[in-house]
Amino acid sequence: MHDHVSASGALTGEVLLAVPFACALVFYGCGVVIQHRRGRPWPWRRTVSWAVGVVVAAAGFVGPLADAAHGGFTAHMAAHVCVGMLAPLLLVQGAPVTLALRSLSVVPARRLTRLLSSLPARLVTTPIVAALLNVGGLWVLYATPLQESMQADPLVHLAIMAHFLLAGYLFTAAIIPVDPAPHRAGFPLRMGVVVAALAAHGILAKTLYAHPPAGVGTADAQAGAMLMYYAGDVVDAAIIALLCAQWYRHGAHGIRRATLRSRAVPSG
Amino acid sequence: MTASTGSGRTGIDHHARAAHSKRNLWSGILFGVGAVAFLDEAVFHQLLRWHHFYDRATSEIGLVSDGLFHAVSWAATIAGLFLLADLRRRDAFWQTRWWGGVLLGAGAFQLYDGTVQHKWWGIHQIRYVPDVLPYDLVWNIVAVLLALAGAVLTVRTRRSRIPAG
Repeated sequence: MHDHVSASGALTGEVLLAVPFACALVFYGCGVVIQHRRGRPWPWRRTVSWAVGVVVAAAGFVGPLADAAHGGFTAHMAAHVCVGMLAPLLLVQGAPVTLALRSLSVVPARRLTRLLSSLPARLVTTPIVAALLNVGGLWVLYATPLQESMQADPLVHLAIMAHFLLAGYLFTAAIIPVDPAPHRAGFPLRMGVVVAALAAHGILAKTLYAHPPAGVGTADAQAGAMLMYYAGDVVDAAIIALLCAQWYRHGAHGIRRATLRSRAVPSG
Repeated sequence: MTASTGSGRTGIDHHARAAHSKRNLWSGILFGVGAVAFLDEAVFHQLLRWHHFYDRATSEIGLVSDGLFHAVSWAATIAGLFLLADLRRRDAFWQTRWWGGVLLGAGAFQLYDGTVQHKWWGIHQIRYVPDVLPYDLVWNIVAVLLALAGAVLTVRTRRSRIPAG
C-alpha cells in the first residue's frame, strides 16, 4: 500500500515536471499556426529543431535517463550533455523569440522586447558572462560539496539541471544568436569565448577523470569524464561551424557591396 | 574597368591573391594545426591506442595546455576551411601559399606537442614502451621537416613574387 502511494507520488512528480516542456511545445505550435494563417509560413526546420530540442531537454528531467542520472555519474553526464549542450543548440536554432515577436499582439510583443533589452538580460547574454555562468557553473558544481548534495537530494539535482538548461541556452544564444540580438559581440570575441569554454570543459573532464568527485567510483567517473570530453567536442564543433557559417554569410554582404561599388566607378 | 580583375591569360586573379595573401597563409596554418591534431587523436589515441587519455605524470599546466590546444585545433580545422571557402568565392585562393601554411601549422604544432607537451609537461608519451627515444626522434624530426617545407613554400609565395598588374 505504501509502495503504491509513493509510486503514484512519483508519477505526479513526473507529470508536473513534464508540464513546462509540454507548454514549450504547445506555445511554439500556436505561433507556427498563427504564422501559417497569416500567410507567412514559419521555416519547418526551425519547428523541427525546437521540437527535438524540447524532447532532448525533457529527457534530463523526466523518464529513464533522468532516473539513472540521480544514481550514476555517467548517466548524470549524459543528462548534462543533453540538457546543457545539445538541447540549447537545438532550441536556439528554433528562434523562439522571433516567432513570439511575430505572433504576439503589439502590447505583449513590446513588453517582451523591453524585457529582452533590459540591462540584466543584456548582461547575461554577453558572451563572457554567459560562458562564466555555463562552464563556470560546472566547475563550481564538481569542485565543491554541491556535487554530493546533488546526488543526495533530488530537488538540488532538479535545480542544477534547470541551471544547465538556462545557462546552456544563454551561452549558445550569445555565441550563435539566431533571434534578434541588438548588441551582439564581434566574431573574434565570440570565437575566442567558445574556444576558451571548450578548453575549460575539456580540462574539467580530464580533471574529473584523474580525481573522481566524492562518492563516485573510479570506473564510473572515468566513463563519465570521457563522455563529457568527447560529447562536448561534438556539440562544440557544431557551435563553431554555425559561428563560422554566420561569419561566412556576413562576409557575403561585403562582397556584394564591393562588387557594386567597383561597377559604379567607371575606371580605376 | 578597375584593376580588381587583374586576371591574365592564365585566369588567375593576382590582384585578389595579393590582397588576401595573409588570409591564404592563415587559412592554411589553421587547417594544418587542426589536421595534425585530428590525425593525432584518430591515429594515436583511437586506432593505435598508443597515447593515453590521461597520464598520472601530467602536470597541471600540462592539462591546461592540452585543453587549450585541443580546443584551438578543433576550432582551427573548421575556421580554416571556412576561410578557404571565403577565398574561393573571392577568386583569391592561392594553392601553393595555402599548402605552405598547412605544412607550417602542422609542423609547428607537432613540434610543440612532441617537445613541450610530451617531454616537458608529461601529458602522455607517444607510446608506453621501455625505450621511447626512437619514437620521440621520428616524431620531432618529421615535425621539423614539415615546418621547413612549409617555410620554403611560404617564402616562395611572398608578395614580391606576385607578377605586377
